[in-house]
Formats: sequence, C-alpha cells, structure tokens
Amino acid sequence: MAVSANDIRWVAHLARLEFAEAELEHFTEQFNEILKYVDQLKSVKTDGVEPLAHALPIHNVFRDDVVTESLTRDEALANAPDRRNEFYGVPAVLE
Amino acid sequence: MQLHERTASDLLNDLERGALSAVELARACLQNVKTHDASIKAFLHLNDEAILAQAEAVDAKRKSGARLGKLAGIPVALKDNLCLQGTLTTCASKILEKFVPPYTAHVVERLQQEDAILFGKCNLDEFAMGSSTENSAYQKTSNPWNREYTPGGSSGGSAAAVAASMAPLALGSDTGGSIRQPAAFCGIVGMKPTYGRVSRYGLVAFASSLDQIGPLSHDVQDAALLLEVISGHDYRDSTSVNRPVPSYTATLNDPIAGLTIGVPKEFFQKGLDSEVEQAVRAALKVYEGRGARLIEVSLPHSEYAVAVYYIVATAEASSNLARYDGVHYGHRAKQFDSMIHMYSRSRGQGFGKEVQRRIMLGTYALSSGYYDAYYKKALAVRRLIKNDFDAAFSQCDVVMGPVTPTPPFKIGEKSADPLAMYLSDIYTISCNLAGIVGLSMNCGLTKAGLPIGLQILGKEFDEEKVLRTARMFEKETDWHLKRPTMQS
Repeated sequence: MAVSANDIRWVAHLARLEFAEAELEHFTEQFNEILKYVDQLKSVKTDGVEPLAHALPIHNVFRDDVVTESLTRDEALANAPDRRNEFYGVPAVLE
Repeated sequence: MQLHERTASDLLNDLERGALSAVELARACLQNVKTHDASIKAFLHLNDEAILAQAEAVDAKRKSGARLGKLAGIPVALKDNLCLQGTLTTCASKILEKFVPPYTAHVVERLQQEDAILFGKCNLDEFAMGSSTENSAYQKTSNPWNREYTPGGSSGGSAAAVAASMAPLALGSDTGGSIRQPAAFCGIVGMKPTYGRVSRYGLVAFASSLDQIGPLSHDVQDAALLLEVISGHDYRDSTSVNRPVPSYTATLNDPIAGLTIGVPKEFFQKGLDSEVEQAVRAALKVYEGRGARLIEVSLPHSEYAVAVYYIVATAEASSNLARYDGVHYGHRAKQFDSMIHMYSRSRGQGFGKEVQRRIMLGTYALSSGYYDAYYKKALAVRRLIKNDFDAAFSQCDVVMGPVTPTPPFKIGEKSADPLAMYLSDIYTISCNLAGIVGLSMNCGLTKAGLPIGLQILGKEFDEEKVLRTARMFEKETDWHLKRPTMQS
C-alpha cells in the first residue's frame, strides 16, 4: 500500500512541517521505500503478545504538593523568539 | 605516548602526585584541538578561556589541600545535546542555533561535582538522528583514522574528539547505537548503560524510551571511571532507577571465572563484511584462550530490530519534537499567515531533512488508522526482541558480536540513501529496544587501516560484568593502546 504525495501533504500538515512542493515527490519515494522495509513486521506473529512500550518496568513518580524552587520568569522567557514583557508573543489565533 | 594521548586514569595518577597540573593538561589538549580540529571538525563550540579558568580553579583547589573529585582536572567533551546552563546547546540543529539552556544536565552536574574540566561541545547528527554525523546542520566531522571516512554517529564528534586525543573522555548519547557505532568506527571504547542507569535530565530528548547517556574513552578503565561518575538516581528523570551504583573501577581488573559467552548466529549472517567477521572471531578466540566457553545463542527476532526501531523511535521523536513550536524557544519564521503557518514554516525552516523525515514517519505511524498496524505492531515485536535476550542471558553471561556490519564508510557514501544508513545500525539497535547494556571496543584494523569494533552485550544492570569482560580482552591485546597517526 503505497503512500501518495497527497498523503504526505496530510501527514506534513499533522506534523506542522512546511514542505516545498518541489521536494515532495522525492520525499514520497523515500518514504515509501522505508515503509516497504518496515512492512516486513506484518509477517511476524504477535497474537497475544503484550506490546512493550518500556523495556524496564516504570512507575509514576509522585512528589509532595509543595512549592519548590523553579525557573524565574526571566529565565523561562530568555529564549523566547518573541518576548512581550512577561509573556510569550504569538500570532492572533482568533480573528 | 604524548601527554594528550594518555588515558584519564593514567593522567589522574600524575595529577594527584603533582607531576602534572590541570592547566598543563588543558593546554596540551587545546593545542591538539588547534592543530587538528580544522580538518576533523569534532567540536561545535569550544571556549579556551572557560576551559583554562576551570583548570586553574582545580589546581588552586588542589593546592589548598581541599578534597578533590574523581575526575579532578580531566577534560571531558560533551555531545551538544547535553545542556550546560548559560552556554549554547544546539543539537547541531538550526532550530536551536541560539538556544542557551537555563539549566544543566544531571550528568554535567556530576562532572562538575567531581572537578572535571568541561571541554567544549561536540558535533552530532542533528537531534542525534543519524549514523555518520553528516546530518549536522553545521559541519561534517571526519574520522581521525582517515579523513575521507565518517566517524560514525550520531555521537561522531565525541568519538572523534577522543580518538584524535583532543580530550581523554567524552559523553555521548545512544538511542540505537549512537555511542557504540562511532566508538567502533573511531577505534575507542563506547558504552550504552542500562535504560534508567543514568539520568536523562538535561539531555535533549529524541526517543525517550530508548535514549541513554554513556561514556566514550580510550580504554575500559576510563569507561568504568566515567560511568561510575554519571550513574545513579536523579528525581528529575522519572525513569531514573533508584538502585545503588557499584564501584565499577574497584572490580574491573578481576577476570570472570567460568565466563560463558553467547554468540548469536544471526549476527554472523549475510551482510557481514569479512574483515569485520575475522576480527570479531579472532577476539572470541582470545576469550577462549582465557578459559571462556563460547556457546551459540539465537536472537530470532533481531532481523526485525531496525524496522521496529524506525517506528518506535520516530513515533517518540514526532511527539518529543512537537515542542519546537517557535514560541517558547528556538527558531521562528519571519513571515507567516496564521498561527498554524507560523508553526509549520518555523519547523520547516529549522529542521534538517533527516529530522523532518523521522517526524513524518513517526506522525504517520501514530496517525488514525495506522496506529495498530505500525506502532502497536512494532511494540509487540519489541517484546519478542526482549524475550530473545532474556532467553539468551539464561544461558550465558554476555553476548558478543560485531558492532557494525561493515568497517567505517566514506563521507557521502550513504547520505543519499536513508534506508542504507539505517541498516548500518542493525547490530546495535536491539540493545536499546531491550533496555540492556552494550559496550563497543576496538578489536582490530582493516587492511586499509580502519578500526573494527567488538560488541559486548549484558543483561540489565550488568554493567560491572560487561566492563570486567571487556577488560579481560585489553589484558591480552593492545588494540586499546593504538592511536591514529594524525597528519596536521
């Protein structure tokens, strides 16, 4: 089941990646080649096999709900591409 | 052997008895960087003054009679995906070109506590995605043994820095072989600890269930020393395991009596280069000569490891890298039409091709309608890969084989073919999927003079056994004493 350039456009939209149209064809080709390789997994019998998301058992780690030291506002905002006073600047979401 | 070519453990002896100062050592390393890094390109950022200031502080501390840390005065280079507060951490990506982290990685704090000299930030494949260090947005690193060849990747800068004796120690990160493969290509020791052994706090995330930080060094003694320093529990990484850290250096020189080595037949099948096979088989003979018993084991699902990895790792990456949104930090496009367009254009401009490819693959694998077919399926096969290792380790102490199917490849040789590049990690990836220990060490040179790696795998939290096993090889051979001839 090959992926089309249109499918790639949709995945790029989901992934929030702007693609140059000129690159799309080559990218689709490479993508299909990788998918074809990955498709060999379909031949493995996995009925009743529990999926393994983490190799070692992991557990939730809780801490007491108390205020501790954290970054200052200036530190947290220091890398913002568009800092506006004490806020992150973003384009308008609503008209 | 020249000063900068010596191991950290050897240098520490001289530093401790006052035969060498931290400043002398730092100057020797810096001089070597000056002579060779214009052509090797191992470092992305290196601040001579900051390095000398740290060295002076260690010398002053020693003079004052204060107790010094385990790495006092030893330069340690860092892969540039490890955060150091107040200094650039780019991940070799344009999207983080100006990123100055407000905090320091746990492993880097540990180095500081042990009085190590933080010796610059090393090149990598962008966001650690690659096997040749060619995917860096800034520069391509060369293999110190032959500059037409890649150093491997993604920790290629760290491996090249150690192999070229620019720093005796370096830290890297390993998601699918990113420490072990470049260590093999550069003829040094590299180790991926058990998942959870080392805190990932302050390591820029790629695939969180696979990423692990580990040491790169000239020999196993140095790897044990650095691993001992960086291991241990840290509350800031919820997957960090709270379990005592043994003194790896204390037991290192005790050979393992009655060692049983599992040799997976799947690691010696089609696709394995004959020179690599010969060197690895010769290494196995060395162990036999020391009384080890070799048994054949089977890892029947290892042939699916690369396919599983490129679903699991890309799925996790697509989620982890969603944070680069042009709002909180990182690159933001200058012009855009809307909020969504600001995201997509910033990310389209900031990420390199391989990173985009992986984000896309991961997004696809997690998208509605494909989740079960790809992601869930991959996780089920991941369980089978882990079961294979559990079965193997019920019969043997360690598993041994090659690190890579071929010796180092040339710069440009595989860069146009992503799948060929992915397959170069075929022997290293299953270790990350299973969360176990993996070590790579030099066990030979090809006729063309390029290093060949031997891989030793151990079950979870068996770092001590893996290191002792590796040390047994160094006692019988002198591959760990070899250094590349550096033409300036």
